[in-house]
Amino acid sequence: MTELPETPRPSQGPGEVAVVYAGDYVNKMSGQRIERECLTRMERGCRALVINFRDTELVNSIGVSILLGVIDEAERRGARVAFSNVSLHTLKLFELLGLTRLVVLADREEDALATLEEFSTTPPGH
Amino acid sequence: MSDSTRMVLHAFAALADLGEEIAETSDFEEMVRSALHVVLGAMGIRRGAVAEFDREHDALHFVAARGYDEELARDFSLTPRQHTSKGNGNGAGSLTHALQDFARVEHEVHDRFAGAGVEVVTPLVVRGELVGVILLGGKASGESFTQEDRELARALGRHVGVGLHNHRLLREVARRAEENQRLYESLKGSYNDTVRAFAAAIDCKDKYTQGHSERVGKYSEIIAREMGWKDEEVEAIAIGGYLHDVGKLVVDREIINAPYRIDAKQSSELNRHPAAGYEILRPINHPFADIPLMARYHHERPDGRGYPEGLTDEQIPAGAKIVSLADSFDAMTTDRPYRRRRTFDEVVADFRRNAGRQFATPVVLALCRALLKEARGETRPRQMMRLLGRDYVEERTLPALEQLIADLESGPHTTVMQA
Ligand SMILES: [Fe+2]
Repeated sequence: MTELPETPRPSQGPGEVAVVYAGDYVNKMSGQRIERECLTRMERGCRALVINFRDTELVNSIGVSILLGVIDEAERRGARVAFSNVSLHTLKLFELLGLTRLVVLADREEDALATLEEFSTTPPGH
Repeated sequence: MSDSTRMVLHAFAALADLGEEIAETSDFEEMVRSALHVVLGAMGIRRGAVAEFDREHDALHFVAARGYDEELARDFSLTPRQHTSKGNGNGAGSLTHALQDFARVEHEVHDRFAGAGVEVVTPLVVRGELVGVILLGGKASGESFTQEDRELARALGRHVGVGLHNHRLLREVARRAEENQRLYESLKGSYNDTVRAFAAAIDCKDKYTQGHSERVGKYSEIIAREMGWKDEEVEAIAIGGYLHDVGKLVVDREIINAPYRIDAKQSSELNRHPAAGYEILRPINHPFADIPLMARYHHERPDGRGYPEGLTDEQIPAGAKIVSLADSFDAMTTDRPYRRRRTFDEVVADFRRNAGRQFATPVVLALCRALLKEARGETRPRQMMRLLGRDYVEERTLPALEQLIADLESGPHTTVMQA
């Protein structure tokens, strides 16, 4: 599993957007790392998360469940989640399991950021 | 690849993941949490929980929950069983019982959590017994559960059930082991108390040898330890020492307490005590095997001139040889009604004379070594010095003791004797 450093994003106050990189295999261990990073970001006030799957070849059942948990938690905190760079195989799986209905999908990280930034700068309640 | 193939592959992989998690996660709650993840991830379900069914208390204990944390934080007792149709006890109706249990649990869970969005309740059944349930919320896709989904949930549930069941068995085994240990400790405690009470009764009967049994126990223990016996064996020999004269309880008090040397008839009466002791101790279930034999043979001698059976060296059990020397050593070193105790010089001389005859040489050697170590202050606490009195073993007698040890070590009868 390749552990990629997260790219720090310029903080933009409460509307900060964070990018978290999923590894090559999203299972229990790497899933928990993704979950931890996302939670930490949200706790610091981040209202938009991009999970970048550019290196991901496989997501197992526990990985799917953890991702669903992250989406749930984001929803509870009024944050949004985007998935970017998802391979076709993984995308199919996410579709079948309904994950794609719950997140913003983007081909590239920049696109995801652009979409989310729009969202995150919109004051809550509007 | 078609969608259904993709889903089947994902489900198969989930089963494999589940097996791995259950087999490899030793922490129970962690295992259940992972199992729940697998089930939710296999079907794309956002919320779910796993609860253990406690048949004894008719309650559900939630072990893991995702998305339902607050609603399910507390365990809940089920409504008492309506009908009291008794189980037929032969196991044939057990599947029916599991189904009845499940029907009730499912019903109540639905009632209770319908508002929270629980859509499917899957039973965890192991060998015809309901061990728990999995609660599943809606699918992330928004679609309703298909028959395949329910079957997949049940298939996964079988593994989770086995995980719960095994854990329950392990807990039960651990609990029983703990209980047995406690029971054993308390039995051992009362056994030791009984032994002490017996020893006190024996010594009570013999007014001139107050504390004799206790001292013989102590000396036996010290000798055995010096001979390298294991802790458990040392514990046994101490008890053998305490009880060696228990047969005296059936010997006429007048004979035991005669303030003069006894005649032949009285002597044969007194000589009954080893066999009588054996008969007293034999029916008791001792934690150590040889205790009755220690009583029976503590007056045997390696040269075959002892009683009651006139056994020779290799026929006498090791424990009896130790108790025999400890017994004589205490007799030599305490005052009796008809004589004063011997000096330590005389004791050493007696040992020299009788090693290999009245006493087993390796046992004499061990006692001498232990005495020397204590006299030199090499062992603490100095238990024997305390029993013998501070000045009993004088500095000037130590060379004789050292010489005896050297001679016995170079002599022929020094093979190590084990319990
Ligand atoms: Fe005796």
